[in-house]
Amino acid sequence: MTDALLTGADASTEVPLKRRLRRAERTRQVKALALVLPLLVFLLFTFAGPIAGMLWRAVDDREVRQVLPQTIAALASWDGKDLPDEKAYAALANDIIAARAAGTIAVAAKRLNYALNGFRTILTSTARNLKAAPEPGTARETLGKINPAWRERTTWTTIKDASGPVTGFYLLSALDLTRSADGAIIAAPPDQAIYREIFVRTFLISLSVTVLCLILGFPVAYLLATLPPGRSNLLMIFVLLPFWTSLLVRTCAWIVLLQSKGVVNDSLHWLGIIDEPLRLIYNRFGVCVAMTHVLLPFMILPLYSTMKAISPAYMRAAASLGAPPLTAFLRIYLPQTLPGVGAGSLLVFILALGYYITPALVGGAADQMISYFIALYTTETANWGLASALGAVLLLATLLLALVYGKLVQGQQVTGGLKN
Amino acid sequence: MSDNSSLRTPSQRIAWTATIVISTLVFIFLIAPILAIMPLSFSSGSYLTYPLPGLSLRWYDDFINSPRWMNSLKNSMIIGTASTALSMVLGTLAALGLAQWKSRFKPLVLAFVLSPVVVPGVITAVGLYFFFAPIGLTGSYLGLILAHTALATPFVVITVGATLQSFDTNLARAAASLGASPLEAFRRVILPLILPGLASGALFAFATSFDEVVIVLFMAGPEQRTLPREMFSGIRENISPTITAAAVILTTVSVILLATLEGLRRRNERLKGGSA
Repeated sequence: MTDALLTGADASTEVPLKRRLRRAERTRQVKALALVLPLLVFLLFTFAGPIAGMLWRAVDDREVRQVLPQTIAALASWDGKDLPDEKAYAALANDIIAARAAGTIAVAAKRLNYALNGFRTILTSTARNLKAAPEPGTARETLGKINPAWRERTTWTTIKDASGPVTGFYLLSALDLTRSADGAIIAAPPDQAIYREIFVRTFLISLSVTVLCLILGFPVAYLLATLPPGRSNLLMIFVLLPFWTSLLVRTCAWIVLLQSKGVVNDSLHWLGIIDEPLRLIYNRFGVCVAMTHVLLPFMILPLYSTMKAISPAYMRAAASLGAPPLTAFLRIYLPQTLPGVGAGSLLVFILALGYYITPALVGGAADQMISYFIALYTTETANWGLASALGAVLLLATLLLALVYGKLVQGQQVTGGLKN
Repeated sequence: MSDNSSLRTPSQRIAWTATIVISTLVFIFLIAPILAIMPLSFSSGSYLTYPLPGLSLRWYDDFINSPRWMNSLKNSMIIGTASTALSMVLGTLAALGLAQWKSRFKPLVLAFVLSPVVVPGVITAVGLYFFFAPIGLTGSYLGLILAHTALATPFVVITVGATLQSFDTNLARAAASLGASPLEAFRRVILPLILPGLASGALFAFATSFDEVVIVLFMAGPEQRTLPREMFSGIRENISPTITAAAVILTTVSVILLATLEGLRRRNERLKGGSA
């Protein structure tokens, strides 16, 4: 300030004004941020936090560590080549007696059973039959007598692998992978390797629904974009009404229509086309039909807004330059609709990937998508680690596609701005 | 389609006819299921088949006299209204802030704010189930209201944000230069102009909560079951015509919401057309 005063009157008024403006702008920015802040904090608590917690559960592995602390400590120095030493057996016996008193055996048994089928029985039978801490030096013999599984090396490597605090076990399981005894990542045994098939199924159902939506949605969007506004607004109701109708109502409607004594079967029978009712629901067909119905507006609306922005002058120009209608359509019109096709398809595909309610209500056992298994492992079998790992894979796929979608839509906005 | 001047050749006319035919079939596909379910709710019989044996209001009677269904309707209203109110406050503030905020982090913050729409319902539900259970928010109204607010707020931010984008900021400056305090300028100049946008946002928020079922499935106790949740059990266990009565009630609410929204849009267009 004093410098400014010394250099002259002109500078003394100029610098503070600039600074004042800058300060005013900064205050404005801080105020703006303060308005956004409550929502950010709220979402941290009700959305981001819970999802981060779920992701943590996909790698969290502290159950065995908490129930069998001495065993885990004794196994820390074990090389895994031979059976562990007497000290580990004694530690295990102590841990089991303590856990039996605390009632926590089941927690460790459940976790170990995921890794080695039958471990629950090994642990519970040992807990039941171990009367008191074995005499020093006899722990190995005592436990081996109660359950011969304690003489197997794999029983012990299973405990060591589950010693936590974090594990890749659930994430590997979600991809049908597991670790071999020497630590290499290998394919999981066929009876546990079911998730890749479910991911492929989820992908295929979503893809079929996306393609169906595109085939059905394109002509409708074209019609709506071409008709004069009065008529297209009226027809738009046919798209918006289902869009606003409850998902449950629409799913229920399809059950009523497609069931064996439903409207569709009755009509076909009445027309003499079929004798026996067709099986139209509780199978893949029903899932695809109901999901296409639910997601079709998400295809039509982006396609419509893209097509609406295409000037008819381009087609007229093509025609005046001698292009046959089909050529003009394929080479002039269609390429301009591609951003809308991309946005609509990605949107439908992203939404379809996470579908749960519709397949759960109109699908059979072989049509359940990945969300069904996430829900099943969360509420029914309480295998939260696996539920979270499957959720993490689904979330990753969704976010990657959403990123592509964001780039696509952003690009459209930019070109839209240039065109105007 | 004589007004369509570009249709000159026969092949173009065929293509246009095909577009109309296919579109008509798709419109039937979109609307028919919703229309087909409605008359069944007025059936006097207890089977969900046509032809109807006779007309009656017994299933509506059943709905109104069932504590389970009426309780679920009440719950949907409570949770929908409360989460709409909360998301309106949070969403409008955020939209106002985002409209003024200039930063290279803005796209990132916007993506975060909008992400509840994209993330699959099951993932949000499982995360909330783990997160809310230890602090006693599962099986409570508050937990469901907070969860539905998180899902509904992005729609408020989008709708109000779009209205603010078309808002002429000179009006706010004019108000300030004429001596209005920021609060007064907001109340008397900004608010009346963005009110239709706010109303649309509120409708979207309410519809989001009113239709949500996955989170309710995970988090609601028997006391907090909403209408869609009750329908989910109904469809799973056995579909009685009472469900179709519930469906008609839900659809009526949707139509009212849609009609209000369309009315707001038209009014907005008229206002814009008038000022131009």
